[in-house]
Amino acid sequence: MIQLRPWKIALVVIALLFGVLFALPNAVPAGSLPGWLPNQRLNLGLDLQGGSYLLYEIDTGALKKQEMTDLVEQVRTTLQTSKTVFSGLGQTPDGVTVRIADPTKFDAAFADLSKLAQPIGNTASRDLAFARGPDQTILITQPPQAGVAAASKAVTQTIEIIRRRIDALGTREPSITQQGMTRIVIEAAGLSDPEKLKAIIGKTAKLTFQMVDDTVPPADVAAGHVPPEDMVAPSDDHIAEYYVLQRRAVVTGEMLVTASQAYDPQSGAPVVSFRFNSQGARRFGDVTAANLQKRFAIVLDGRVVSAPVIQSAILTGSGQISGAYTEESAGNFALLLRSGALPAPLNVISQRTVGAELGADAVRSGTIALAIGAAAIVVFIVLAYGLFGLFAAAALMMNVLLIIAFMSLTQATLTLPGIAGLILTLAVAVDANVLIYERMRDESRAGRSLILAVDSGYRLAWPSIMDANVTTLISAAIMFQFGSGPVKGFAWTLSIGVLTSVFTAILVTQVLIGWWFRLAKPKQLPI
Amino acid sequence: MRWPLSRYLPDHSHINFVRLSPFAAILSVIAVIASIASFATFGLNLGIDFKGGIVLEAVTPGVAPQAQYRVALEQMGLRDPGVQGFGSPNDALLKFQPVGDGDPTPIVNSVKAKLSAEFPGIQFRSTEVVGPKVSGELFRSGFMALGIAILLMLVYIAFRFGMQQGLGAILAIFHDVLLTIGLLSLMHIEFSMTSIAALLTVIGYSMNEKVITFDRLRENLRKYRRTPLAEVINLSENERLSRTIITGATALLALGGLLFAGGASLFPLAFTMVFGILIGTYSSVYVALPVLLIWGVKRGDDDAKPLKAATARP
Repeated sequence: MIQLRPWKIALVVIALLFGVLFALPNAVPAGSLPGWLPNQRLNLGLDLQGGSYLLYEIDTGALKKQEMTDLVEQVRTTLQTSKTVFSGLGQTPDGVTVRIADPTKFDAAFADLSKLAQPIGNTASRDLAFARGPDQTILITQPPQAGVAAASKAVTQTIEIIRRRIDALGTREPSITQQGMTRIVIEAAGLSDPEKLKAIIGKTAKLTFQMVDDTVPPADVAAGHVPPEDMVAPSDDHIAEYYVLQRRAVVTGEMLVTASQAYDPQSGAPVVSFRFNSQGARRFGDVTAANLQKRFAIVLDGRVVSAPVIQSAILTGSGQISGAYTEESAGNFALLLRSGALPAPLNVISQRTVGAELGADAVRSGTIALAIGAAAIVVFIVLAYGLFGLFAAAALMMNVLLIIAFMSLTQATLTLPGIAGLILTLAVAVDANVLIYERMRDESRAGRSLILAVDSGYRLAWPSIMDANVTTLISAAIMFQFGSGPVKGFAWTLSIGVLTSVFTAILVTQVLIGWWFRLAKPKQLPI
Repeated sequence: MRWPLSRYLPDHSHINFVRLSPFAAILSVIAVIASIASFATFGLNLGIDFKGGIVLEAVTPGVAPQAQYRVALEQMGLRDPGVQGFGSPNDALLKFQPVGDGDPTPIVNSVKAKLSAEFPGIQFRSTEVVGPKVSGELFRSGFMALGIAILLMLVYIAFRFGMQQGLGAILAIFHDVLLTIGLLSLMHIEFSMTSIAALLTVIGYSMNEKVITFDRLRENLRKYRRTPLAEVINLSENERLSRTIITGATALLALGGLLFAGGASLFPLAFTMVFGILIGTYSSVYVALPVLLIWGVKRGDDDAKPLKAATARP
């Protein structure tokens, strides 16, 4: 080992170059490096740079309920199309049930309804199960795996829609990631007031146009007697408290091609103007032509926005929604309509907001703590081991450099606990050198020659160093697996630190000691 | 004074570590019982990520009016309101539980608005909301992480050194974790997901110590076949003493900066780690090794993977 192997020197030099190159962007002002150099800086966590963390969960209960409601309508349409007489169509706790009146038509109806089932993904299983119940009833249920598949599809869709909404907002891009089966994490760096973001993300924005059923007397509504094909929807139009609507939607938000904020030509108030696709335009035209002087309602997330009277058939497929809008709220509404409805409501289940100032404080105190820690280690180790301590300190500095370089390169998030992890890593890194030097002292005392003592110091200390670092890696891996954001950052910092510290504590000090041997030709161990 | 100081480190100390172990054992047992008692009586001061709820960090131009904060929160009819100082005197943490199960955002916003009206110049530096579902999951996964970490350490040590050593190490780790939790509960220091990270680090550091301990012991057991185990342990610990002193001192010095300059939010983490280093060093000598003295250890010349070591003679 004392004969310096060229590959060891080369490795140390390469590592040093790597460290300087990739850590450099953190030391100079952003954008001052030429483009061909690496320019990624440390990726500071939200706790260090300020920002918002939002954890959303998709409401799977509502999703299932919505699917079952849709299924009831599909069953109704299917049976009506085939002119089958039925009764008792409704939801049960596990699915949908319907009774076919004519026993001779039962098999045909069963076969018709079976076609409603869709394959799940690319598998052979179907998303609906059909069973024959007593008294000519058909029971339709959703198998559990279909529920899971639907939830996962809903999450994927939701992420896509949220991304569209946020992109349109044009703010600094937050990160959107899926967590587990039904959760979505949104992290917006630098955003300390997430309320606007939440207003955009959290809205389901399910838009429907439904006919108003004016035939139901208010007394019946108060008593809860509403025909099965109708529903009662609360209203926000300041004209009526609620409207009785036909359940079946004439047109839905999916048939919109575009929506934008505009001004009412007469009053000049902000409105949302929209246009349907050809299918929507045709349906809307047919329905308005057939229902002149009746009301239809524009319904958003189950609440009536407005309920105008149809004055003439609307054949152009475009229109406007007026309400008490400001330019901003009309603009947001239009954005929500453009980006599409979420498949199910989203709920905030956890939120963390850190002000930029607090983040800056954290960076300051973290840096001070790191500087104090590193200085204490260097002073102590140099006091304890003299020249060899200096070598260990040099290795330690290189270790810090390499950790910063790796963290910048991999864009791993540095969090406040991560800084603590870094400090501990430095302490443990020095332990490797302490082990090596103590072995050298042992061997030297046992009467070995200087060269042999130095050599066996490295050789004998290695198993302990390895075992010790493997145990640290094990605990870091577990933290990474189970921890949440900041703890993951801690674990990652710890892991990178362990790997680089083994390299610097052993190889870098070896090369330095080798050079010292060559230059000083020492006669005895200086520790 | 001569330099470097390593020359002052004891070359041939002859401390009889083993002789002290009965006393240490009594001390450890008392400490463990006290920890469990403290945990049972006071419980842990669970942080928001484990308990769920809302924490606002509020800063005012003058000294934080903690008493008025408390009154204000109580008047708003919030469940379980709490106020505590945090970092600088102008700074305070306001904690409460939301009423009902719905989206807590409107409640947070109304609380902030009311506080802003009542305390002019108040600023909210951070807001944290954790729903009951999330906190329960975090709590479970946190403790699961601790359990799995301990289990994996057992497997690793048993594989590298032998079953007795593995059990000794695990007993020592339990000892360390229990004492740390006991101290956190006694001193009412907040226990959060970060504390779990700190505990895992303590486990890692403690394990590190055990590895170094067992490593030296194994080497000496091979070297001195006929010497009684207690003497070999004493010899190994004396040989290892200077390393223990230097490494321990380095780690404590490094974390000292964190403890005093790391700010209020890192204090629980730094405190736990400092205590863990002290206790981990102690338990290597006085929990892990005495276990070997009681159960014995396989002393063959075969290499150290005696997974069948359970048949060892005492």
